[in-house]
Amino acid sequence: MNLSRRQMLILLPAAAVAWKSVLAGTPEDSPNYKMSEHWWGMLIDIPKCIGCGNCVRACQTENDVPDGNFRTWVERYHVTDGDMVSPQVISPDGGKEGFPVVQEDAGKYFFVPKLCNHCADSPCTQVCPVGATFVTPDGVVMVDPKYCLGCAYCVQACPYGCRYIHPEKKVADKCTLCYHRITKGLTTACCEACPTGARQLVDLKNPKDPIHEFLKTHSVQVLKPQMATGAKVYYNDLDGSVR
Amino acid sequence: MNGVEGFMYPNEIALQWSVLIVLYPFITGLVAGAFILASLERVFQVDAVKPTYRLALLTALAFLLDAPLPLVLHLGHPFRSPEMYFTPHSTSAMAMFGYVYLWYLMAVLVLEIWLDYRREIVRWSQQSKGILRLVYKVMTLGSCNISERSLAIDERVGWIITLIGIPSAFMLHGYVGFIFGSIKANPWWSSPLMPVVFIFSAMVSGIAAVMLLYMGLTKLRGYKIDIRCVDTIAMYLFYIFIIDFSLEMLDLIHRIYEADESFRSLNFLVHTQLYIPHILIQICLGTLTPLILLFLTQVVKLPEIVRKRMYAIAGSLALVGIFAMRWNVVIGGQLFSKSFLGFTTYKMTLVTREGLLAAIALTILPLIFLWILVKLLPPWTEKNEHEAIAAD
Repeated sequence: MNLSRRQMLILLPAAAVAWKSVLAGTPEDSPNYKMSEHWWGMLIDIPKCIGCGNCVRACQTENDVPDGNFRTWVERYHVTDGDMVSPQVISPDGGKEGFPVVQEDAGKYFFVPKLCNHCADSPCTQVCPVGATFVTPDGVVMVDPKYCLGCAYCVQACPYGCRYIHPEKKVADKCTLCYHRITKGLTTACCEACPTGARQLVDLKNPKDPIHEFLKTHSVQVLKPQMATGAKVYYNDLDGSVR
Repeated sequence: MNGVEGFMYPNEIALQWSVLIVLYPFITGLVAGAFILASLERVFQVDAVKPTYRLALLTALAFLLDAPLPLVLHLGHPFRSPEMYFTPHSTSAMAMFGYVYLWYLMAVLVLEIWLDYRREIVRWSQQSKGILRLVYKVMTLGSCNISERSLAIDERVGWIITLIGIPSAFMLHGYVGFIFGSIKANPWWSSPLMPVVFIFSAMVSGIAAVMLLYMGLTKLRGYKIDIRCVDTIAMYLFYIFIIDFSLEMLDLIHRIYEADESFRSLNFLVHTQLYIPHILIQICLGTLTPLILLFLTQVVKLPEIVRKRMYAIAGSLALVGIFAMRWNVVIGGQLFSKSFLGFTTYKMTLVTREGLLAAIALTILPLIFLWILVKLLPPWTEKNEHEAIAAD
């Protein structure tokens, strides 16, 4: 095949574009998944959490979370004599390896798992200067790492401290609600690893999801409701001291 | 653990915004303030400040050229920053930066300077030699008509641009305040007063900077400082400083009286880590001291030499105070946990992309820009200097 210089000049850029798309690969296939049929959230049943840290470890393994940063973590609250203002809170290494044995009996102790609240009106997506972070049609707050500038404005805007700048990728990173799993009909890594069922992935658009019955029959709250972020992580039996 | 006291959410321990983000509002504030001072002469016909008119414009341009550098240097992916122009996110205050910046740089400042200097640029393009001649030729943009009618049009258009420039300067810095004031997650920042406080503090810093530059450069060149000019600038500085201080105190009193859920945490912070930068440097040294000095110059008949020294001290302290204010907003706002249960510390690095040396370099850079601009476009008009010498 004889190619003229002119033909080469046309073909080379086309080949470069084609090669780039080959390198980019194709998105993972989820043939039966329809975004419009789901609205994801999570239920945290606080009385069931034992602070074992399985969820934190599972998340870090599943999502390759860098050391020192957390997509999910567990806090242990110690509230004495109804002191709602200054509870004693610890979360050593995000609660990844569990918690030290309780020394003091006075007051109450409980564990509070935390993760991105996948807010419907999320302040983090509002402030992103280029729209690199966004809410998917099925209600998951995501970051496009190929587009994020790494300005950290979203980190400042999150009221729950759920975002961080990835130390190697230099972009904002956070819980994706294991989007790569839930779009294939699986549950999240943290929910799967939880030995007591304290974490439950919920689909608010699915009429058969037990969450509807649970919300009707239990005292459920979201974190910092005064922020009006439309948080979709629901906490059963949430103590007023939790923030 | 890592300078943490109490409980921080685990992702909050390291600060996300460093000293470079402190520099950014400080520098844009100088731009806005210098421009407002220039507009006093152009729009409000305050003839006394005329000797600083061109210097104020060049100062604004020099600092404006430097303003985006700390932001870009701070980004995780600086080369993606043009995306803010191509795909801006309409709900983000930060996304507007690119447009506000370009508008202010190209449509206001560069145009106004060009119109003001056009007659001289044409003259220099004919009189200069070598490379300078070429530079001035390019700067004429092919517009060499300096007839009376043409210059009258320049004057008229320049006046309109300054008129547009005043709200633009307010927008440039008000929006910087809005970037912080609109973050509801952070009670130290979240306040509708923030943009207003930023605008007035910008005016204080910009006016103080131009006053100091004018005094310093005039002295260096061996000319006499126009005392009527610095007296007038100091008077404006005093009044604007009072408004700025009142707004900041209003914000403070409001917070103390309301004492919402964040108050205990913020109060502790102000009495510990922020005690030196906030109470001592910002309020006592950088605000009350220059205010007292400026007040004395307004009410007591002091000899000229004493007044000049007091203006120099007050101006320098005002700059220190405004820098401390930016520090306390940016760094102070990240030292406490959004759980209000703990505090972290800021460890400034030395030789890193966001370290102290980078910050010092970015502070010196606009002065180099200004030196080049002053060499290229000398702001001194012979008429003013003759008047000053005559008054001597």
